[in-house]
Amino acid sequence: MSHIVIVGAGQAGSSLAAKLRDDGFDGDITLIGDETAPPYQRPPLSKDYLLGKMPRDRLFLRADSFYTDRRIVLRTGTPVTRIDPAARTLTFGDEVLSYDQLALTTGSVPRRLPAAIGGDLAGLFTVRTLADIDALEPQVRPGRRVLIIGGGYIGLEAAAVAAKQGLEVTLVELADRILQRVAAPETSDFFRALHSAHGVDIREGVGLSRLIGDGQVAQAELSDGTTLDIDFAIVGAGILPDTALAETAGIACDNGIATDTHGRTSAEGIWAAGDCASFPHGSARLRLESVPNAIDMAECVALNMLGGDREYVPEPWFWSDQYDVKLQIAGLNTGYDRVVIREGEGSRSHWYYAGDRLLAVDAMNDPRAFMVAKRLLAAGKSPDAAAVADASIDLKTLMR
Amino acid sequence: MAKITYIEHNGTEHVVDVANGMTVMEGARDNGIPGIEADCGGACACSTCHVYVAPDWVEKLPEKQDMEEDMLDFAYEPDPARSRLTCQIKVTDALDGLVVQMPEKQI
Ligand SMILES: Cc1cc2nc3c(=O)[nH]c(=O)nc-3n(C[C@H](O)[C@H](O)[C@H](O)COP(=O)(O)OP(=O)(O)OC[C@H]3O[C@@H](n4cnc5c(N)ncnc54)[C@H](O)[C@@H]3O)c2cc1C
Ligand code: FES
Repeated sequence: MSHIVIVGAGQAGSSLAAKLRDDGFDGDITLIGDETAPPYQRPPLSKDYLLGKMPRDRLFLRADSFYTDRRIVLRTGTPVTRIDPAARTLTFGDEVLSYDQLALTTGSVPRRLPAAIGGDLAGLFTVRTLADIDALEPQVRPGRRVLIIGGGYIGLEAAAVAAKQGLEVTLVELADRILQRVAAPETSDFFRALHSAHGVDIREGVGLSRLIGDGQVAQAELSDGTTLDIDFAIVGAGILPDTALAETAGIACDNGIATDTHGRTSAEGIWAAGDCASFPHGSARLRLESVPNAIDMAECVALNMLGGDREYVPEPWFWSDQYDVKLQIAGLNTGYDRVVIREGEGSRSHWYYAGDRLLAVDAMNDPRAFMVAKRLLAAGKSPDAAAVADASIDLKTLMR
Repeated sequence: MAKITYIEHNGTEHVVDVANGMTVMEGARDNGIPGIEADCGGACACSTCHVYVAPDWVEKLPEKQDMEEDMLDFAYEPDPARSRLTCQIKVTDALDGLVVQMPEKQI
């Protein structure tokens, strides 16, 4: 009887376990996570859950019975501290467990501020886990002053929730514009205007010099010389792949746990998937931080662990909710040289091209543009840019 | 609470009680019923929670919002009348007896 162990009980880990059973694996499955909660969805954490619109029990990806019914042994609150790839064992607490194959789905960890600039003060919050949000939520009360450090999707979603709840919100972004790493200036402009309209004070090209306070954060000194009085701060300065366990086991890492096209790591019998994994993509490596990637890569790896032979080819997409705007992104915009704008009634989409080739689309309240783009990208088709820009042309005709 | 019948594409029926306030998608998820994938977890962003509602239920459900309508248009083999995204349907007592059928596949 063979034993597959999965370390990291999040989106990828739970999808991987489920897929092993769906594909007929009859051996033992152990899914180990260090968080106390069973696998849950993170996206609502910075959206409806933080807003108080979604109760905790609706976050869970699967009911408890799902694991028992499928003979998946779920061990929560269990940090794995060591892997011995040669002996095929892993260690948690004083227990040692043997495996035949192992999957690492350890996710990411948020960047933290160094203690030298006040990173160890009380009143600083990250937005990654349920425990993070449960600590943060009581702070989100009308009239309070929050500084959000970082203008990526997580920072902006947190800003939207805080603004909605009547807080005084300042957001600083060190780069010259919000969303710089992930989107075109046109998309940054759209979200800047949206947040400004909701009273968020966005300061771009401005970094945090240090946080000041006597135990509890009270002020923030910014790189432009200004000082803000604040009640608390949210650090949304990006995430790093959680490679800690892999590194100590001598597994090759390169911007994440390095896998081959099939999800194998450098250690025999050990695989990786989700946020923590970087995989070959064209001539480089790619690491994606999204739910669809966690699910799709985990399912691909499950298949390969059972003897399959499938390359992981991502079809990236993502979404973000801010105020009454739903952003849906299809594709990856890396390497674009122009952005074609399509404006509808109450909707808008930004189409990224490299020459005549469509790379990606940011769709704001425009699910049709998103769905059409997703299909086109999957089929390797690029619609004529002039037709895209002409809102009188039905998007569906572009699919022909 | 509502008793909801989920019929898989292969004909397998699952009859379960779903609490008020949950969505029809969550009813399937929490009871381990296959055929509704719900990749986005109910954000109306993926269309992988698509079902066909039994004909006599079409009129009884709350109307579709534009967002749902647009997403459905691109789901797998949508039916203009019967297709719904289950994550957009909140369960109430009025849904007692609802029957939904899963498509052959989710996109
Ligand atoms: C607030 C927030 C909002 C988001 N919104 C969106 C969105 O709108 N759309 C989208 O597509 N994506 C979104 N994401 C990203 C998405 O949630 C992640 O990409 C996804 O959760 C990755 O899944 P994963 O399984 O790889 O990692 P995770 O879900 O992070 O799971 C990894 C788990 O492994 C555990 N672990 C790590 N090391 C060990 C160890 N040594 N022993 C035991 N357990 C360990 C971790 O604690 C964690 O529980 C959001 C993320 C956050 C935080
Ligand atoms: S769960 Fe994604 S649209 Fe319903």
